[in-house]
Amino acid sequence: MAYVIEGETGDWEIVIGLEVHAQVISKAKLFSGAATEFGAEPNTQVSFVDAGFPGMLPVINEVCVEQAVRTGLGLKAAINERSVFARKNYFYADLPNGYQISQYEQPIVGNGEIVLDMPDGSSRTVGIERLHLEQDAGKSLHDQHATKSFIDLNRAGVALMEIVSKPDLRTPEEAGAYLRKLRSILRYLGSCDGNMEEGSMRCDVNVSVRPVGEAELRTRAEVKNVNSMRFVMQAIEYEARRQIEVYETGGSVVQETRLFDSGKGETRSMRSKEHAHDYRYFPDPDLLPLVLDPAWVEAIKASLPELPDDKKERFVRDWGLTPYDAGVLVAERATADFFETVATGRDAKLAANWVTGDFFAAMNRMGRGIDNPPVSAADLGGLIDLISDNTISGRIAKELFELMIETGKPPAVLVEEKGLRQVTDTGAIDAAIAAVLEKNPDKVAEYKSGKDKLFGFFVGQVMKATQGKANPALVNDILKSRLG
Amino acid sequence: MSLDKTTVTAIAHLARIEVPEDELDHLASELSGILDFVEQLAEVDTDGVEPMTSVAAMVLPRRADAVTDGGYPDKILANAPEADEGFFLVPKVVE
Repeated sequence: MAYVIEGETGDWEIVIGLEVHAQVISKAKLFSGAATEFGAEPNTQVSFVDAGFPGMLPVINEVCVEQAVRTGLGLKAAINERSVFARKNYFYADLPNGYQISQYEQPIVGNGEIVLDMPDGSSRTVGIERLHLEQDAGKSLHDQHATKSFIDLNRAGVALMEIVSKPDLRTPEEAGAYLRKLRSILRYLGSCDGNMEEGSMRCDVNVSVRPVGEAELRTRAEVKNVNSMRFVMQAIEYEARRQIEVYETGGSVVQETRLFDSGKGETRSMRSKEHAHDYRYFPDPDLLPLVLDPAWVEAIKASLPELPDDKKERFVRDWGLTPYDAGVLVAERATADFFETVATGRDAKLAANWVTGDFFAAMNRMGRGIDNPPVSAADLGGLIDLISDNTISGRIAKELFELMIETGKPPAVLVEEKGLRQVTDTGAIDAAIAAVLEKNPDKVAEYKSGKDKLFGFFVGQVMKATQGKANPALVNDILKSRLG
Repeated sequence: MSLDKTTVTAIAHLARIEVPEDELDHLASELSGILDFVEQLAEVDTDGVEPMTSVAAMVLPRRADAVTDGGYPDKILANAPEADEGFFLVPKVVE
């Protein structure tokens, strides 16, 4: 589906590329033995290497390298057996060395791809340009003092993976889907926790626009500081409309860094960055090239878990789910595991409906996560068993589900305690129906003279008389033959 | 290779070095001299020669992922011109 913005002069399309900085999960930093834990007291997780003291030399953390390779493999990307660390030179108060150790011309990971699951069930493949390893900078706090900035170097030197997409994205929704999928893959791999609030996944957005049909890419603006999926989509929308207006009023878009103001929903130019693009990269003389043993890379490949795309395909194939349901269930590994526990040996479609329906709703309502679910997978499975063997009706099942949340008791116990077993005794149902019809002779007459919709009224009355426990299918059948 | 004054000014800015206007000509010719000197290397035919990144015949050493350092904020802040509550304090850099 083509997504266009109607301008004054015609239709425009958006071209989007994303640069995601994903913080690597490791105990120690990329080039030092200082800790990486979030939220520590300022400057307590800083070594002399991180603080840029003279004479300190970086030594690379092997787990950070492994995480980058694992992520590259998860993105079906080329792993470069030889990569080179380079210095990216710029001055900023939270960068003690005056340069960031990064990778430039020879990154550790080359071309890969990500498959997007769109809300309409379709999918689309987006190219990955590269993934490289680099150091994070420290953190500046600007709101603590009237004339001073506060600097904490705990984050300085923590390993980041910069993951760069090709300019393949065309809509804000695709950008959102890309981030969701990337986050899901990183979490499956265990290479990044994907927590955007704590800043362990951050995103810069490259946006340009062009008239529909134009093949060339136009000048892009880079929007920084977009730290939620919703803001990414907002920033793209705003920035695209701004650029279209610039072109349509005879101006031209300049290549620049812009800042997203989430309060106003706007992007604005960062004037201080105007001269900052001359980074004078050169190979870091403190570090030899990083050379990977192909056997080691193969061993990492063999240890990869089943990833979301494969899991989704298997859920569709083996469990008979729709691609949409499968996509929702595999987004988090723990959710997928929960579903499989519920579905094993049961009606998988019914299990999927319960997990994505009432169960997800209860989780959201109670603010709980899949690691602390409102009912256990075993109990939810037990509830489905009771539906499948006709012990309870679907309606009663919803009531039972709420009781399970309230009491924490297993479903079979609650059914006995509360007498929720559905009535499947045709004699009892027949008697209830007879009583209802006898009490409402006028309605029976109306129904027989053609007022069909009164059927629902009779069903309701019978269910009421049996406290909702009558098997609805039996009620329908017997009512039909009685009234027929 | 000869550098003009504008380039020298830009280089000085990137290095955060203040250069008075009347020194720019002198610096431009000095820097050009250095570049010319290094330029002589271009005369050597290096076709088919792998770039040499180090004279040491060794591979990049790696460290195990273990916390072995840090935990001394006082030492980190010891040389800071100004510090407060464990933070470095610097002139405000926000825009």
